[in-house]
Amino acid sequence: MRSLFFVLSALSVMALAFWVYQENHRTREALAQTKDLQGEIGQMRETLGVLRAEWAYLNRPDRLRELAAINYDRLGLVPLRPEQFQRVSNVSYPAPDLPPIMVPIDVMSTQEGAQ
Amino acid sequence: MIRTPLRPLARVLEAREKGENPDKIERENLRERHEQMRDKSRIRAEGRLLVLGLIFLAGFGAIGGRMATISSAEPQEPVASASQAAIIAQRADITDRNGNVLATNLATHALYAQPHHMIDKARVARELVQIFPDLEEEALTRRFSDGRKFLWIKKKISPEQQQMVHDIGDPGLQFGPREMRLYPNGALAAHILGGASFGREGVQSAEVIGTAGVEKAFDDYLRDAANGGQPLRLSIDLTIQAALERVLHGGMVMMNAKGATAVMMEAKTGKIVAMASLPDFDPNERPTPLTEGDASDSPLFNRAVQGVYELGSTFKIFTAAQAMELGLVNANSLVDADAPMKWGKHKIKEFKNKNYGPYLSVTDVMVKSSNVGTANLALQIGKERQRAFLKELGFMSPTSVELVEAPGAKPLTPKHWGDIHTITVSYGHGLSASPLHLASAYATIANGGILVKPTLLADAQPTQAKRVLSQESAADARSMLRQVVTRGTASFGDVEGYAVGGKTGTADKPKERGGGYYDDKVIATFASMFPAHSPEYVLIVTLDEPEDRTGSEPRRTAGWTAVPVAAEIIRRTAPLMGLRPDFETDTPVALIRTSN
Repeated sequence: MRSLFFVLSALSVMALAFWVYQENHRTREALAQTKDLQGEIGQMRETLGVLRAEWAYLNRPDRLRELAAINYDRLGLVPLRPEQFQRVSNVSYPAPDLPPIMVPIDVMSTQEGAQ
Repeated sequence: MIRTPLRPLARVLEAREKGENPDKIERENLRERHEQMRDKSRIRAEGRLLVLGLIFLAGFGAIGGRMATISSAEPQEPVASASQAAIIAQRADITDRNGNVLATNLATHALYAQPHHMIDKARVARELVQIFPDLEEEALTRRFSDGRKFLWIKKKISPEQQQMVHDIGDPGLQFGPREMRLYPNGALAAHILGGASFGREGVQSAEVIGTAGVEKAFDDYLRDAANGGQPLRLSIDLTIQAALERVLHGGMVMMNAKGATAVMMEAKTGKIVAMASLPDFDPNERPTPLTEGDASDSPLFNRAVQGVYELGSTFKIFTAAQAMELGLVNANSLVDADAPMKWGKHKIKEFKNKNYGPYLSVTDVMVKSSNVGTANLALQIGKERQRAFLKELGFMSPTSVELVEAPGAKPLTPKHWGDIHTITVSYGHGLSASPLHLASAYATIANGGILVKPTLLADAQPTQAKRVLSQESAADARSMLRQVVTRGTASFGDVEGYAVGGKTGTADKPKERGGGYYDDKVIATFASMFPAHSPEYVLIVTLDEPEDRTGSEPRRTAGWTAVPVAAEIIRRTAPLMGLRPDFETDTPVALIRTSN
């Protein structure tokens, strides 16, 4: 009985050791992965920063103004003037669509009949 | 354990035979037994002490060992915890009110040399000069061979330059990573941003520190890692700033001015929408400050904040507003405006020795910009009250704007405030203040008399505001300013639809070495607000030594120089700020005199 107990506890110690080893290994792997990911995130942040700086650089007012001047023929962009504010009532909206024609009048035949 | 009896029978009997006291035997045995007990417990106690000592030793040893490893080990980022405040950049970005980037960081490299690793020093020097034309070949060769083991060559290089240096292929040339400050908009808002440079430098990294402007004023905030990379949001609007700088630059060139400055401010909050000072500079390549001569000649000089000028007739409205506030006059009261006016040995004259008198209404004193009328108003107010009012408006202390230059720009006030100073200060002479001072004082009038403090932060919370003028006096003052534009000295400032109100000011420049004023050099200022009936924005435009040469003789008054520039700025920026022109309420309400 006693020896059985010893054998069982030895076995359980071995099993636990195996489990701990595995867990330890997996933790290390996860940590290494986080480290890689964080490195990647850091690099991406740096890239993002560069892209943002480039975006700001390309959108600087001086450059946009020059581009607007160069492409004046195609785009016709001018600085906003007060006159460009208008009332909604001054906008010539397209005429509303005609209602569906229920009673068509045959113009062609009427004309022919008159001849 | 064999226990010795205290009274062993054999010895007791023996002692009795000899006639001795058997109690002695008992006592001796008792003593021996006690000694044994004592020795035993001592050993036990000593053992316990030893164990306890060992436990303490282990405890202290563990703590000490841990401290030693922590102190000697390389610092390491905690990777296991999921939620961590990542340090994104060494220095936070600066953006405008809409989030457009004004200043950001860029990863780059610094180039350094280790001459003892170099193979061909002469060739390296020659090829480096081809990449960086500002280096000198002889100086480089000399520095490579004077025995030093380390020298910086360039603090910041671009990726293309880095590749070219790589292509030289010499092991003595090395790169260190650097984070550099980049101002993508170039010279735009240069005086506000200031600039940054490197502080303490190492091979692997370098401190980036602000050298001027908001970069220095908010240095601690920008470098504080606890903010998690949150950008600093300024109240500047990039588009407005760009338009204002462009128009101002055009105006400065057309009016042949030496310098120009403009401040656009939200009338209700004091937030600065745009602020420019020309000539300006590129904060990416911040020029070195002048070591001799007048600091105000340097492009680094921020005229809007650091420049204290006599702002001339723009001050008259404060005199009028205070006189109305005190109940001395109303807008239509007649005041003595008979020029020239004599005060002691001084003679107060009007522009070009005109005489608008003998009497003018207070409104007309403003419209015609009468020095004599204003002087008489000021004398009614008295020097103590005038001084107290100007102090409340902020003309006695530096502005509180968040620029590192601001606290140094203290207005120049008369040392002994006599009656003659009361007269001259009432029309803006003898007291020098910055255009920003003027902007916040005009914003106070525009804001219905409640004090406005200038700020550069988009999220600035309004502080407990103080009322310095009543609603009515402020409204009357605004009406006067509007009439200055419709029928007075600032007629070029009437931008259709925006009901501009404002006051011109032309002040002769004082000579640098003292001794009076120049005849042909002026500071022309136009202080305005729009729309005058419910002001949204305040705009100050100041030109330094302008001269309109289109006419037969040069014209220098603000009405001919600063006003047209300000009008064009309003025409360009007001629509951008979403202000809708209002053509209906623009007709002035006239009071028609009827008989009966």
